[in-house]
Amino acid sequence: MSAHIRHHPDPATLLSYAAGALAEPLAAVVAGHVSMCSRCREEVRDLEVLGGVMMMAGRPDDRIASISSPRRHDSGKERPAFAAPSAERLPAPIAAAYGLSFDTISWRRLGPGVWHHRLALSHGARGDLRLLKISAGRAMPDHGHGGEELTLVLDGAYADQTGEYRAGDIQDVNEDIEHTPVADRGMGCICLIASEQPARFKGWIGRLFQPFTGM
Amino acid sequence: MLSANFTARSPLWAIPVMTAASMTNLLSLIARDRSDAAFRRLFEEYGPRVRSFMLRQGVDADVADDLTQETLTIVWQKAALYSPEKGAASTWIFTIARNLRIDRIRQQRPWQELTDQFASSIPSDMPLPDVQLDEQQRETRVRAVLAELPADQLEAVRLAFMDGLPHSEIAEKLGLPLGTVKSRIRLAYNKLRSALEDLR
Ligand SMILES: [Zn+2]
Repeated sequence: MSAHIRHHPDPATLLSYAAGALAEPLAAVVAGHVSMCSRCREEVRDLEVLGGVMMMAGRPDDRIASISSPRRHDSGKERPAFAAPSAERLPAPIAAAYGLSFDTISWRRLGPGVWHHRLALSHGARGDLRLLKISAGRAMPDHGHGGEELTLVLDGAYADQTGEYRAGDIQDVNEDIEHTPVADRGMGCICLIASEQPARFKGWIGRLFQPFTGM
Repeated sequence: MLSANFTARSPLWAIPVMTAASMTNLLSLIARDRSDAAFRRLFEEYGPRVRSFMLRQGVDADVADDLTQETLTIVWQKAALYSPEKGAASTWIFTIARNLRIDRIRQQRPWQELTDQFASSIPSDMPLPDVQLDEQQRETRVRAVLAELPADQLEAVRLAFMDGLPHSEIAEKLGLPLGTVKSRIRLAYNKLRSALEDLR
């Protein structure tokens, strides 16, 4: 699968992901990409070595109140480990976290040829995470770029001024980029999109949905 | 015991705190005999670092204590699954501490992979010597990259890793445009990448 991937996250995004400094919805999209991309998996691993070295180089703080024996301190809840990447088109971490499979997504119509499925965020998180399905040849709703934004293609493809994006490819959009992605004419496109801020869809398609979706 | 190593003149990452090999031996000791003494040793080695890592996220001392205890308890419980060919012990412990910090302090879901890449299905008694050497190499080179990093790049990377700040907050804190912060991080990253390329 990795062999086809041509678009990876910005190095600064990948570093923040490994550092644990990325907003939750952005981290979800990077996790999706990393589960499909062996190159980025290696890079994250190297960045985590950097994290370990930095942590050990930090000024030690040994004013710890007490050490208790771990046996009386069994760890509480533990999140399930990610399954190995499967042939399924939904990335394993997303499927595991939301108990979703590609065929059980309950799509809500957002407008002509566009559907979405919003993914809930944790209570301490902000931003926006959703799956978006665009039928063949349609333009993606252009959402306002307040802060950083990531798009991961799960199925099909889309293209914009910067190139073509296929399954596994990630587009790391900077605030200053204006783009109008159009879904592939033959296949359409399903992607996972995240933004640091609540999405504000704009453009004609956005104006069309605004009254109904409160976006 | 460790504090003797720290002087104002020497950059901290220039000093290997404990060799990868002796740390690996400690983890296999924990996996085997689960003695209080081994846990205490682990705590001495990592507790103060994990604690200050937690404190950098801006929590009270007692929360930092709890999370330090929890991090090292997880290490204790999973020591049998740790296998050195998957990475250095400090890397493994960092990922545990990082995810706990996201989960408990920021109340967010940690999306970063945790044990899978470090846990092998067959617990290994002793590491294969050449693999261990490779991991030691990796850490040594990372230390060398950090020691050479220009101060402005190091600061941006440190704010991401140690303080857990997103790019936008780093920019705010340093009074710099977002683009400048990102390009400093990219420059640092590229140095790391080229230093480790041939170990892939
Ligand atoms: Zn990648």
